[in-house]
Amino acid sequence: MIGLWRKIRKTGRVAEPAPERADGEVVPRAAELGGSVQIRHVDAGSCNGCEVEIASAFGPVYDAERYGARLVASPRHADALLVTGPVTRNMEVALRRSHEAVPEPRLVVALGDCARDCGAFAGAYGVVGAVKDVVPVDVEVPGCPPPPEAIVEALRGLTGR
Amino acid sequence: MTGLIGAVSQVVLVAVGSPLLAGLMRQVRARLEGRAGAGVAQPWRDLRKLARKEPITPHGTGWVFRLAPLVLAGTVLVVAAVVPLVTTLSPMDGVADLFAVTALLALGSVALALGGLDTGTAFGGMGASREVTVMALVEPTILLSVFALSVRVGSTNLGAIVTSAVHDPLEVISPVSLLAAVALAVVTIAETGRIPVDNPSTHLELTMIHEAMILEYSGPDLALIEWASAMRLSVLLGLLASLFAPWGIATAGAGLAAVVLGMAALVIKVAALGVLLAAGEVFMAKLRLFRIPELLAGSFMLALLAVAASFFLA
Repeated sequence: MIGLWRKIRKTGRVAEPAPERADGEVVPRAAELGGSVQIRHVDAGSCNGCEVEIASAFGPVYDAERYGARLVASPRHADALLVTGPVTRNMEVALRRSHEAVPEPRLVVALGDCARDCGAFAGAYGVVGAVKDVVPVDVEVPGCPPPPEAIVEALRGLTGR
Repeated sequence: MTGLIGAVSQVVLVAVGSPLLAGLMRQVRARLEGRAGAGVAQPWRDLRKLARKEPITPHGTGWVFRLAPLVLAGTVLVVAAVVPLVTTLSPMDGVADLFAVTALLALGSVALALGGLDTGTAFGGMGASREVTVMALVEPTILLSVFALSVRVGSTNLGAIVTSAVHDPLEVISPVSLLAAVALAVVTIAETGRIPVDNPSTHLELTMIHEAMILEYSGPDLALIEWASAMRLSVLLGLLASLFAPWGIATAGAGLAAVVLGMAALVIKVAALGVLLAAGEVFMAKLRLFRIPELLAGSFMLALLAVAASFFLA
């Protein structure tokens, strides 16, 4: 316990200073959320690359939580779905139902090239299509995988902070 | 009149301050983990947003599901009005009985557990069964540890216990108080679902207790539950502070200045306890579910020793 305390004292603050937002735009439908966005992550068939980047976006260095975004355990608690990967046949119904479970106003963020246009998996036999073919998408984040900076930037577009 | 003002001020203080306490505790944790944190006001932002969202009633749920958040918030507000936090002169003093307060808190927990069961989902039922298991072990300890303090006063009225401690501060430093304080601190942690009993920020459904019951709630209902949970935490921490550090509480014959002083003392004491609890959580991991009864049995044992000591040392 003393060792952990020393470590905390020595390490201090890991979070990088908040960068200026490139474009101060807030997604219009997210304006009424008022600086608090709860996010439910749905893996619709991702290779786990995007998940690693989400984990680091919410980790101590990028600390997406400081802008008012928070990952939650249930779509009923959420304001936004964070969907990764191309939508596979087995996840199509699950994605649709999680989208219906989110109370209005609800937003969908398609994260990564696979979620935007199926990426490397385009035309594969198990893939239904991109996220926008299944549920309406409000924000898209390009990249394979998108860097944590881009994820944080997109989330700040929702929280407006 | 002072009593009425004191009672109203402690309800308002608990209602407005609890989300800020939750924010403060999250901020302390964030700073110790090297993060920047979302700010102390973030829980209020969350509540404001949730209150504006669409309420959803899942298929197959009935009035139990709809009523549970209201009962939970209602019972906590009543407890906040009667428990001696700012003043011992609450006009509802007759309800400030040890058994009544414990029963009111239990009523809120049971309502929420039934709400969780009513959804008919696997996680709702699992969370409810775990919550009731923890509650069955926690309630006797709360009763016993406060009972140990009530022996020397000869009354189970919380106001009377706190008044006697205010008039004789040395009473607080005794083996009885110490044992009861440790027991009550452990059950406060268990009752409010903090680490090491439950992790309030978990995403793993299999390890959840409190969160698992409320997975199906959304919008205003969820806001009510989160607000009530924060209030429970501050009321229990406030009760802990009132019983074992009763300085600054307005007693009989006190004026308005004493009420203001009592409010300031309450804010400082509860904030200090909250910071301590949040800092402690950073150093601990959640206990395995099957180890929790051992922890609670230990705290029950301490409470029992406190009662025994209060008889032998009296």
